[in-house]
Amino acid sequence: MLKNVSFVVFSLATCASALCQGDRITVIKEALRPGDTEPVWVNISGLTGEALETLEFDLYVQGFNFTNAANAQYLISGSNNGNLQARAIDAINKNTLVGRAYSGASLRRQVHAFADDFVQALGRKGIARTMIAFKTEVGRNSEIRVADFDGANVQQVTRDNTIVAAPAWVPGRFALFYTSYRLGNPNIFHHDLATGRQTVFAKYSGLNTSAAVSPDGRRVAMILSKGGSPDVYVCNIDGSDLKRLTETREDESSPCWSPDGQWICFAGKINERRALLRVPANGGPVQRIATVGAGNPTEPDWSPDGQWIVFTRQSRDFEICIVPANGGRGGDATILVSGEDPSWAPNSRTIVFTRRQGDGRRVLYLLDVFTKQIKDVARISGSNSQPSWAR
Amino acid sequence: MNFPKFSTLAVVLMALSLAATGCKTRKIGPTPLGSRSGAYGDGRPTELSGGIPIGRPGEEVWPVEIGGGPTASFDPDQMHQDRAALAAHTVYFDYDSSAVRPGDEAKVDAVAAVLASDLSAKLLIEGHCDERGTEEYNRSLGERRALAVRQALAMRGVDPARVATRSYGEDRPADPGYGEAAWSRNRRAEFVLLHPQ
Repeated sequence: MLKNVSFVVFSLATCASALCQGDRITVIKEALRPGDTEPVWVNISGLTGEALETLEFDLYVQGFNFTNAANAQYLISGSNNGNLQARAIDAINKNTLVGRAYSGASLRRQVHAFADDFVQALGRKGIARTMIAFKTEVGRNSEIRVADFDGANVQQVTRDNTIVAAPAWVPGRFALFYTSYRLGNPNIFHHDLATGRQTVFAKYSGLNTSAAVSPDGRRVAMILSKGGSPDVYVCNIDGSDLKRLTETREDESSPCWSPDGQWICFAGKINERRALLRVPANGGPVQRIATVGAGNPTEPDWSPDGQWIVFTRQSRDFEICIVPANGGRGGDATILVSGEDPSWAPNSRTIVFTRRQGDGRRVLYLLDVFTKQIKDVARISGSNSQPSWAR
Repeated sequence: MNFPKFSTLAVVLMALSLAATGCKTRKIGPTPLGSRSGAYGDGRPTELSGGIPIGRPGEEVWPVEIGGGPTASFDPDQMHQDRAALAAHTVYFDYDSSAVRPGDEAKVDAVAAVLASDLSAKLLIEGHCDERGTEEYNRSLGERRALAVRQALAMRGVDPARVATRSYGEDRPADPGYGEAAWSRNRRAEFVLLHPQ
């Protein structure tokens, strides 16, 4: 509500000043509603084959859609003979937003760079050159892999020949935490992707899982059962200063951080009912995060801009839901699509998640939460789950 | 810690006795309460000086569930693992529950008896889930199940320090099929008997 009001005031102010100067208003920032926002219409001409496919994929999962030149808000034209040349103009005032020739790496990489240049010219954060990590089934076991966000360049991270799960990126670093059973017990490992060096991070008795690194990279939240039940713990990135944040007989799971590092949100129980909860990262009373209309919530992930918490609702099947992080809209949750284990992209609008297929396979999908535009990451074969977006 | 409960009880007892008195007096004739004056002033509480605080040291009570303490710290992988010995006693759970079913109590009795008869033996309880929960949720639920069984054993006199727990979540189904028949076989806790190597 408040956001909408301030938005209106902002637009009125912009209008007023714009009218005084006799300008045309070209960019009106929309109030974004999850699942209920119009895509931004774009026309692409001149690009072919892989370049066109790649650009369409990149833009579609960030809330753009495609139409003819007459109806488009932005016009993208270019050529991809060897290298990429591309230009994006605003269809209304004909201003050039981007006009660049790209070289180096691959054509695919050049297109990703242009996609980032284009969305950044619109004041958004580009995600076309980001990566994801995920769990891949290998027979009875599973391993961790990483890939570009669109599924290109899959690389195997672990060869533990056991269950490896719950990968989580260290913010701003080429490194992961994950859970592996390679020593028998489920323990948390740190893995430097540049050197391949794997180190044990948490090896307490019982369960060690679901590591989540704070946005400043200094602390790790996780689930340990050393105290006699699965609870939320936090410690420094070097493993020191371990602190128990919850003390319940119930099972807590899936901690994540608020972007300011003040809160840890997780799935737990309150009054015998499943709920999303949050606890101060330095310890303190646990508070409930309302998810009205979406019972049995699990797997929360807090958007990098702090506005939203996306989570999985467990009913008969699984559904991806979203709720304002700070109780806005009366805590009303919006059910987006079927799926589970969502993870935010750095742009705070695209998520990657898992969907179980009829044949039992698990497939990764990308979703723009505002337009509900969805694409499967078909380039990755096999059965994959628990995606984590590098940010 | 015990004072609030005691004072609540005292207030309830006083209220009850007042109510009983009220019933009695009503028969005789109403005697209004709280309308006295004189030595009792206007009836409002007044603080007087000279009170001596009464402490009751050493009376704090800290209840802990039997078998609810820290997880066992020995490494089951440093011991000989006998998966067959207790395979018949695998216990099963209701959907999304970690409560040991009444029908499975006899299995827990049997496992407790084995551990009582051989004090050099230890136990690993492996907790499992069906695929209907999300993955990390299930990894926590599987641990809760293993810990619930450990607690049931502790109630039967088994030292929890002899019992390690390990959750596999939904990653090691007994039956890879789809549907309640398979799922009910997957919501389980398996017993692995451990002997010194």
